[in-house]
Amino acid sequence: MTGADAIVKCLEQEHVEVVFGYPGVAITPFYNSILSTDIRTILVRQEQNAAHAASGYARITGRTGVVAVTSGPGAENLITGIATAFADSIPMVCITGQVDSKLMGSDVFQEADISGAVESFVKYSYIVRDAKDIPRIFKEAFHIAATGRKGPVLIDIPIDIQEDNLNKFVYPEDAKMRTYKPTVQGHIVQIKKVIRELSKAKRPILCVGGGVHLSGAKDEVIAFVEKNRIPVVCTMMGLSVMPTHHPLFYGMVGNNGQAYGNRAMNQADMIVMVGARVADRSISQPDLITENKVLVHIDVDPAEIGKNTQPAIPLVGDIGSIFKNFNELEYESDYSEWVDVLNKYRTEGENRKSAALKMAVTNQSRMQGADPVAFIRTLSLAMEEDAVYVADVGQNQLWSCANCVIRKGRFMTSGGMGTMGYAIPAAMGAKIADPSRQVVAVCGDGGFQMVMMELGTMRQYDIQAKVVVIRNKVLGLVRQYQHYHYHDHFSVIDLGDYPRIDRLTEAYDMHYYKVEDNQNIRKVVDAFLDDPVSSILEVFIDPNETA
Amino acid sequence: MRKKVFQILVDNTPGVLSRISGLFSRRGYNIESISAGVTADPRFTRITIVASGDDDILEQIEKQVRKLVDVRDIRELKPEESVYRELAMIKVRADDNMRQNVIAVTNIFRGSIIDVAPDSLMIEITGNQGKVDAFLRLLHGYEILELARTGIAGLGRGTEHIVYID
Repeated sequence: MTGADAIVKCLEQEHVEVVFGYPGVAITPFYNSILSTDIRTILVRQEQNAAHAASGYARITGRTGVVAVTSGPGAENLITGIATAFADSIPMVCITGQVDSKLMGSDVFQEADISGAVESFVKYSYIVRDAKDIPRIFKEAFHIAATGRKGPVLIDIPIDIQEDNLNKFVYPEDAKMRTYKPTVQGHIVQIKKVIRELSKAKRPILCVGGGVHLSGAKDEVIAFVEKNRIPVVCTMMGLSVMPTHHPLFYGMVGNNGQAYGNRAMNQADMIVMVGARVADRSISQPDLITENKVLVHIDVDPAEIGKNTQPAIPLVGDIGSIFKNFNELEYESDYSEWVDVLNKYRTEGENRKSAALKMAVTNQSRMQGADPVAFIRTLSLAMEEDAVYVADVGQNQLWSCANCVIRKGRFMTSGGMGTMGYAIPAAMGAKIADPSRQVVAVCGDGGFQMVMMELGTMRQYDIQAKVVVIRNKVLGLVRQYQHYHYHDHFSVIDLGDYPRIDRLTEAYDMHYYKVEDNQNIRKVVDAFLDDPVSSILEVFIDPNETA
Repeated sequence: MRKKVFQILVDNTPGVLSRISGLFSRRGYNIESISAGVTADPRFTRITIVASGDDDILEQIEKQVRKLVDVRDIRELKPEESVYRELAMIKVRADDNMRQNVIAVTNIFRGSIIDVAPDSLMIEITGNQGKVDAFLRLLHGYEILELARTGIAGLGRGTEHIVYID
């Protein structure tokens, strides 16, 4: 058995279903061996998108995404995808081919020190120096990627190690790591402290983040807040933990969140941060959330606690396990007055939004084209109940976060890194993970053009994810920033008139739909979503729209 | 700004030192000194880092280092419970007239002369940072040609805080 055979065998032992990647000479032994298994391979059109696709796959399945690319430029192209996954704590194992181990360090063709390059945004990285280490390293890599605070792990394997022979293959049952032991169980003393504070609090609020998704703890969290009638807000990464119209849900907080969500945070006397890292975009002034409030911070990563603000009660552990403990503890609570106040804020806020929306769509606004808010609301309501909504980055993302209605579905976006071009490959990964679910990628015309080569991948493998391009022919969010901060002194934001997406869809044998105004949005959206053929919906909006 | 001495026990994996130092540089933590060497058990390396920052930063340093996969243990070596040592080698310009003076100062500090040349002396001195600093101050009137300091290494006193491996 060769090293490459051993790698493939490790993937089988880890029940890997699909590998996203792009071969080159340094990884050909692996791609040769993988042919003898049932593991599916997806050839993307650029390596970065392999990582995004694996990320989409991981977010939907909760399992570790796997990527395999070649050395040098192949591995370097992967970097943005790895950093994106790291910022959102997505479990991933990235296999990179490397030049012959005897030549490493001598700057030979297609050599790059990839493990050095990604050091600051992987959870861990390996360079395999001996084929007999392969089973242990893969066992450890999958263990590290998927436990504690999840994240990408990189394994760099020189081509000669892939070709070397292994005398015997024994896949370890456990990763025996002396140093790596993440905390899973929450400390029971701290857990009881939280419940005691909750029973004293008058105006508590839960702020849920991406950690709830990562822990698979959505049901436990919802059960807890419903039982005790505790109001909930979320961060961008925590969208779709709560259905949008859940009576106890008060929207996303932060710079781009709902005003009534932020107001709820400000007026609370107790905040429980759950798998949210008090990041700058959601909590711009961390000091304010501890002022006159009891702050509880629940996170699996102890280093996140106290990084941006000091909580009164830190609680380290897996959210699913901690909320299971919470749910076993009974306590008396009556927050109905507080809930009434928040309901009033929410109703006022929603009424204001509806009025503004009505004004916009009845053409009383001076904007050309379709109204992006009306469009996104309509789209999300037309989507299937459990659909996956993948937002790209930019204005489209902010409109999506604030206006997409989620029922039983899932919302995904590149929250930490804000990587343009994330949506389409991530949607491909999500669709592969669960072909029965409707998956819609919503991007701007900037992000779309960063990844439009992946239309080829979608067609080739018949990946039926839907693509929406919100077209304003500019880099909208930068333009908006220049509008506010540089008084319309616009610089390098004009994307021009190309490509003609109607013709592009022809090139890929896809169907083309367009929305040009506020008439018939629903009709076009329905036809687009129902179309069994891969299709793109282009939505023309005014470049002056602000998110 | 406070100073803390951290003792870090790590798996002796390739690149472990760059993982630790990289963490400090990318997060903007200050390292005053770093020294590393293999332990009695060759699978592990002991690193002593002197870091400075306010209390929040020092707490983050401990947490972020602890999070690294290769790190087995990190703890503060508190001055009252620990012993620190640093070694310095100092090459001083000293001709026949000055030689005896330099030797006298070195003896007071229990340093040793480890090399003699016609116009220079090399001194070795070991002690905590304060002692090394004080010695260097005493050499103020002399021309220091070259100076090499190891950074401090430290151990906790007694058997209370030993990390037993395996």
